Amino acid sequence: MTSILLIGESDEHGEVSQSTLQAVAAAKSLSEPNITVTFSGDAPASASSLSVDSIVSISAVSNSDDGIYEQSTAEIASLVTSNNPDVVLLSKSDFGSLVGARLAFRSDLSFAADCTELSNENGALVVTRPVYGGSALAEFIVASTPAVVTLRAGAYEPSTETGSPAIESIEPQSIEQFAYVTDTVAETRDGVRLEDAGVVVSGGRGLGGPEPFSVLKDLANALDGAVGASRAACDAGWIDHSHQVGLTGKSVSPDVYIAVGISGASQHMAGCSSSRAIVAINKDADSNIFKEARFGVVGDWEKVLPSFLASVRELKA
Amino acid sequence: MVLAKQVPDPETPPSQFKIDESTNSVVPPNGVPPVVNGFDLNAVEAALLLRDAGADVEITVLSVGTDFVMDSMKKTLAMGADRLVLVDDDGLDKIDSAATVKVLATVIEKDGAFDLVLGGRQASDWDQAHVPLGLAEVLGLPLVSLVQKLELTDNGITVQRVITDGYQEITAPIPAVLTVTNELGEPRYPNLRGIMQASRKKPEVFSLADLGLSSGDLAPKLKLTKLYVPESNQQVELIEGENEADSGKKLALRLREEKLI
Ligand SMILES: Cc1cc2nc3c(=O)[nH]c(=O)nc-3n(C[C@H](O)[C@H](O)[C@H](O)COP(=O)(O)OP(=O)(O)OC[C@H]3O[C@@H](n4cnc5c(N)ncnc54)[C@H](O)[C@@H]3O)c2cc1C
Repeated sequence: MTSILLIGESDEHGEVSQSTLQAVAAAKSLSEPNITVTFSGDAPASASSLSVDSIVSISAVSNSDDGIYEQSTAEIASLVTSNNPDVVLLSKSDFGSLVGARLAFRSDLSFAADCTELSNENGALVVTRPVYGGSALAEFIVASTPAVVTLRAGAYEPSTETGSPAIESIEPQSIEQFAYVTDTVAETRDGVRLEDAGVVVSGGRGLGGPEPFSVLKDLANALDGAVGASRAACDAGWIDHSHQVGLTGKSVSPDVYIAVGISGASQHMAGCSSSRAIVAINKDADSNIFKEARFGVVGDWEKVLPSFLASVRELKA
Repeated sequence: MVLAKQVPDPETPPSQFKIDESTNSVVPPNGVPPVVNGFDLNAVEAALLLRDAGADVEITVLSVGTDFVMDSMKKTLAMGADRLVLVDDDGLDKIDSAATVKVLATVIEKDGAFDLVLGGRQASDWDQAHVPLGLAEVLGLPLVSLVQKLELTDNGITVQRVITDGYQEITAPIPAVLTVTNELGEPRYPNLRGIMQASRKKPEVFSLADLGLSSGDLAPKLKLTKLYVPESNQQVELIEGENEADSGKKLALRLREEKLI
């Protein structure tokens, strides 16, 4: 049996997040899984039908814990001590990355971050994770348990099975907190969330400046999609960093990912390679993006994009 | 105290990225010297911005590794850091993050007074983003990750922390550990004076034995069994029209045909 303590998260609608459903699928792929899902704060209502063994809510973890996760870490560390699971599984979200690392070092546990595959071999846990920005994959045997593992978004299909787990709630402990969030400033967003969009139109350094992003925006609007960008375009200040796709930006898996003036560096592809189809528009036929794309046009975006946009509008009309 | 790691240049083109599968290690491409991890330069920049804002800061750059290329590591001094401390010993480029934290914590405790430990948000080789977070746990210090802006206040720091769609303002007491992200802004280019000063400075170098550690203290928790370049079997279908504008049109029609749009 593999006992798994899965640290769940809820999304902005108060549902079990897609990344947690993916983690459930990953947990279920292990041998004879026994899965407990715990939520820092009250579990979303939809958690009660997850196909797992039990749900534990750590009620009333305060919002001031956001961004620091002192209290969440302390609560989960106690749960790990009492449950002694084989695997503590988190999503590689902001929350999961931070809590995972803190937990591993606080309790001196093995830790594998940003994994794309978990399996059992001869009783041991084996994990695969992309390294060198995604240029290589590394496979590790995790010798000691409990092991803390964070899972890359999109690595597994979300679990759709249902079940009736046992439900439990525990009271939080009081901890000493040193750092505090005093304010949260949210970017205004018009249209669909990048992470949820069915079509993403991304621009890179090849666009040459901020203005062309308005053409990408028109194209995204015509396709009910969202605008993404490479880090080079964000660092240049052409578009806000909240649009960055990649290893250190957002992970997206739309039906169509249209990359315009993007070379396809491994760190960029890390955020979009689970898209159903990648479409590249790039003037350099040798660019790496054409090794990753399903459809491509070798050409100058200034000439290709206007007619592409016009045809898309015609088809959509 | 700024943590900095020497890494293979991440801008190495994919075609030159090679792995020796018999040793599970990356073969450095010919003629491309290693660099200081990019986000660590952002951390150096963050420290320099505190100085620019008028604070009296001494900046020590600390690195654990082996086969250091001084021209690369000294870039931090040329930017304006005061000291460069290196823990240099055989195999230190192969230890895991838990062992790295152990070495760093030992040096930091030995080196004494500091108000802030700054590190990059992650290293571009193993991409784990563990070390500064682990160090905060081991040293028992407050931790804020993904910092894009930083200010010293009377009794601590106020920082902006990047989140998915915006940022948080966080206050924390010092000493504290912070990880810095590229949203902070480009690290400055060293000027001539900085380069001259850096060339005269000598790094302070320690071995594991100097720190009272041995390689036995640094055994990895995870065993690397395979390192390989993933195969892509994606075959691109290039859409060619009579001219580029026509290609754009044909692309739209082809995507519709596939029911992708
Ligand atoms: C640790 C680490 C993390 C990183 N994280 C990310 C990340 O999250 N996201 C990310 O994107 N990057 C990330 N990067 C950076 C990444 O390595 C690349 O540097 C970056 O993605 C390059 O952006 P780009 O493709 O826009 O620019 P370039 O690589 O400069 O490519 C520009 C492309 O535009 C094409 N072009 C130029 N003019 C035209 C034209 N007129 N018409 C058509 N095409 C044209 C060129 O042929 C070229 O292929 C990271 C790097 C590191 C080291």
